[in-house]
Amino acid sequence: MKRLDKSSRHTVSFTLNGKAVREEAEPRMLLTDFLRHRIGATGTHVGCEHGVCGACTVTVDGNLARACLTLAVQVDGCDIRTVEGLAISNDRLGVLQAAFRRNHALQCGFCTAGILMSLDSYLRQNPTPTEHDIRDLLSGHLCRCTGYTPIVKAALEAAEELAGIKNSEKADV
Amino acid sequence: MKPAPFDFVRAESVDEVLSILAQEGGDARVIAGGQSLMAMLNMRLAKPKVLIDIMRLKDLASIETKAGRVTVGAGVRQAAFLAWPQLSSSIPLIGTVCGSIAHADPSAELPLTLMALDGEVHLRNARKRRRLAAKDFFVGMMATGRANDELIEAVSFPAGNARCAFREVARRHGDFAIVACAAVAKGDGVRLAIGGVADVPMVRDLPRLDGSALDDALNAFAYELDARDDVHATARYRRDLVRMIGRDLVQEVLS
Repeated sequence: MKRLDKSSRHTVSFTLNGKAVREEAEPRMLLTDFLRHRIGATGTHVGCEHGVCGACTVTVDGNLARACLTLAVQVDGCDIRTVEGLAISNDRLGVLQAAFRRNHALQCGFCTAGILMSLDSYLRQNPTPTEHDIRDLLSGHLCRCTGYTPIVKAALEAAEELAGIKNSEKADV
Repeated sequence: MKPAPFDFVRAESVDEVLSILAQEGGDARVIAGGQSLMAMLNMRLAKPKVLIDIMRLKDLASIETKAGRVTVGAGVRQAAFLAWPQLSSSIPLIGTVCGSIAHADPSAELPLTLMALDGEVHLRNARKRRRLAAKDFFVGMMATGRANDELIEAVSFPAGNARCAFREVARRHGDFAIVACAAVAKGDGVRLAIGGVADVPMVRDLPRLDGSALDDALNAFAYELDARDDVHATARYRRDLVRMIGRDLVQEVLS
């Protein structure tokens, strides 16, 4: 049994968007702060810090999680994905991100990182969502700018486009 | 908001968890999905000296059907329970079933379900195991019958396929309920369970009733729940919801 002492820092290593990272954290350090302040991955935003606003949503071993309700020491050895992993390359947005841009699905952008993570994960498992499904999913996120309508539109458009890509891949085979 | 400092133990066996609980008692808290506890830590409503992470314990991560009961281990995430093939059913996050029950928020859905279905909480300390019926487990707002040295190993529900219905009212979609209501067919009548009004989820077994007899029974139940005014809703509004949703659900289950 390993007991991590509260007053010292302990090594935490995990995979972040496919790359191994390693830094030190006190047991009480939240994953949000670890990502932003230790690793320097500031794409994940910090809003309410009690699991309500959804801005800090990431995936841990494929499950959606609030990074503000997760301790860095809890995810040692896990596979973490954040908004930084969504773009195809530095100058090329992913399908969902591009749909957000086309539909003005973000204004200030504070909530966007979390919403993109939830939608990305959801669309992988549910490729043909209805508007109701998307609105249900978005109930876990607060956006104070858009009124959600453009976000719903972007998500549905992205789902359609992703389904098209999948079908053409099948046709190629 | 940052939690106060605590030691952290990533438990490798259930015995380890039990021995820390035996030593530290109320100064130790078990963490699983963290969806309720972490918010309490961030707001410093809870300040444990040591946090015991049980999510890597394979022993606790299973759902079993045995002897007419469905037993859900402490490490089973809500998402995994929803995806369980025998469950005919949206909680996309990483909280656990047992964690929500341990937290015992009077507005939460899982404690209400445990009460409505006559569930049991499986407790264990270093010396013995015991089971508490839901009605004995929930003793007050976020207060339970768990002793400080006990781990909630699992919760179990009687297996069955009685007709049931569920509805709740919340300010925002997905938020904690102002009133949550579950109805389950029981014998010739119906069991009604209400969350969000009293400081624990409450149940009432009603015979088969309709018309004004049903209204009277619901009205009496609504008053007995001792609703209070708070920032979310008035007592009167809560009673109205109990009567309205209650009637709909009773009729739905008995139809």
